[in-house]
Amino acid sequence: MKRKNDDISTADRLELYRLQVEIRDCEKRAYDLFLQNLVKGTSHLSLGQEGIAAGVAMAMQPGDLSFCTYRGHAHTLARGVSMEKVLGELMQRDNGLMRGKGGSMHLTSVEHGVMGSYAIIGAHLPIACGAAWRAQYLGQKDVSVCFFGDGTTNIGAFHEALNFAVIWKLPVIFVCENNLYMEYTPISDVTAVPNPAGDRAAAYGLERIVIDGNDADVVYRTMQAAFARARAGEGPSLVECLTYRHSGHSRADPAKYRPKGELEEWLKRDPVKIYRARLAEFGIAEADIAEIEQESKRKVEVATAACKAAPIAPVEILTTDVYADGGWAWRN
Amino acid sequence: MAELTYRDAVARGIAQEMERDERVVFLGEDVAKAGGVFKATVGLYEKFGPLRVRDTPISEQAILGAAMGAAMTGLRPIAEIMFADFAAVCFDYIANEFPKLRYMTNGQLGCPLVVRTGNGGGARFGAQHSQSIENWTMMIPGLKVVAPSTPLDVVGLMAAAVRDDNPVIFHEHKSLYAMKGEVPDGEIVDSLGTAKIVRPGKDATVLALAMMVPRAVQAAETLAAEHGIDCEVVDVRSLVPLDTQTILSSVVKTGRLFTVEENPRLCGWGAEIASIVADEVFWDLDGPIVRITTPHIPLPAADHLEDLAIPNAARIVERVLRVMNG
Repeated sequence: MKRKNDDISTADRLELYRLQVEIRDCEKRAYDLFLQNLVKGTSHLSLGQEGIAAGVAMAMQPGDLSFCTYRGHAHTLARGVSMEKVLGELMQRDNGLMRGKGGSMHLTSVEHGVMGSYAIIGAHLPIACGAAWRAQYLGQKDVSVCFFGDGTTNIGAFHEALNFAVIWKLPVIFVCENNLYMEYTPISDVTAVPNPAGDRAAAYGLERIVIDGNDADVVYRTMQAAFARARAGEGPSLVECLTYRHSGHSRADPAKYRPKGELEEWLKRDPVKIYRARLAEFGIAEADIAEIEQESKRKVEVATAACKAAPIAPVEILTTDVYADGGWAWRN
Repeated sequence: MAELTYRDAVARGIAQEMERDERVVFLGEDVAKAGGVFKATVGLYEKFGPLRVRDTPISEQAILGAAMGAAMTGLRPIAEIMFADFAAVCFDYIANEFPKLRYMTNGQLGCPLVVRTGNGGGARFGAQHSQSIENWTMMIPGLKVVAPSTPLDVVGLMAAAVRDDNPVIFHEHKSLYAMKGEVPDGEIVDSLGTAKIVRPGKDATVLALAMMVPRAVQAAETLAAEHGIDCEVVDVRSLVPLDTQTILSSVVKTGRLFTVEENPRLCGWGAEIASIVADEVFWDLDGPIVRITTPHIPLPAADHLEDLAIPNAARIVERVLRVMNG
């Protein structure tokens, strides 16, 4: 029996699905491009974690700010940055978000509210606090969202930032993507509590929020409540989203440390698969679903072609934007 | 014109900028209600209120991270790291975050903030509260680094630092906080990247920074009065940007270069200047470049040992004489 629409509209559901499908396809393409040696360096994919990026982004308003980690392609795409800009940066092309100066781990698009992707674990939690402090000080209504992994919960900056955000009642939302592994080591092997973020919330007087990060609806609803609190001046939230990455930690990692069968179990709970079933359950026509999927594939092809055709950046940018005058002069 | 202490000048400089620009906010440990452990920010909380002058927990990463997030979204924060040694617990921001942001984002974001910190020795605080860390900060592309030696320079360079669109590390010298100096009334704005000739001379150039400046001047007076050697003392003031024009033209004029550095010897700021001088005006030199530094040791707490470690006027005189009369 098909369910009737609930608190999430059909339009929102289609958008949540579109975001997840496009992130999935773009991340898969990023992986393919590695294999072709068209993406250099390292890269950290969010395959399997798309439900979080989509659910959070759907709850955000224009002007809200995202602070991402080195695993930030998904969150960048979810704010509306084009695949071409993201893939171009991964491919070191002049059409990339930062023209190749930042790379995969530092995706930034200020015009979309993506205030950077930070590659030193924990660093951006205090930075997000600062952005939220600015909003509070200037009486602006935007909220800062800070994404991080389970491994981040064991570094000092996590704890400093949570305490700071609470005592200053800052409009910031901390989103922990608990994919069960810090890098190669299970998070449970190295953490004092079962839920690395949720079980620490009480230490800062925060509500324990641990949710299914593979269900975009759950993420969306939870985040709507967190945004409402932040905008009402009620302070920060800490949300732990349980998920699983389908690939290794980074390009270099085949993830052989995973117990046999674990991936297969989690693939049954693939957020994209779950959401496709959800759409059907709510009576959304197969044609509408298929259209989103086809359009996503088309976008990936168009973006890939554009990036392959794009030139590399001129060498002059090697020394630009070190200082605010646009240059790099350290002496007269 | 008023006589101010170096510590009063800190508060005066910050107040001047906070009055001018509502985006200027100030945060740190014990800086607001208590007026700072060095009493350098007394009165700011009363004058500008709890929204603009904020006490923080002992969380150096949160202090610098919050300053950065505020700076990149529109404020002009001043953050205090109480003792410069504590920069080591939040060095991620100083080394990885502030100075790389603009470059990595291809100019999309900037980080206009000031980190004030109590730098240097002489207060018998021992190895973890006495270091001169100016060289730690000098080596990072993307930062600006200043270290004033007088109350007047504190006010003017503070204003310049706050108005600069880059992250500026502002090294206040703990042992200079009680120093007095004349400071004119009204707005004072200096410029970063400018050295100052504080004692003109023709026989040798002596470069100094922060607490080493009064000691170099004292040594120069002794050398002139007792040995007929006329030293030009240059207060470097700004390590980044570095005023190489003033430095190089002084060396070309005198033919001699001495650096007086409180940082431990290896990779001290004088080493970089020595290399620039050797590269660019070698044939104008009449003798070896001599660096007078704290030896490569942690600083001891006992006063007689600390006094042996940090360069003083007598040691400057002795080293200059040894080379000039050699």
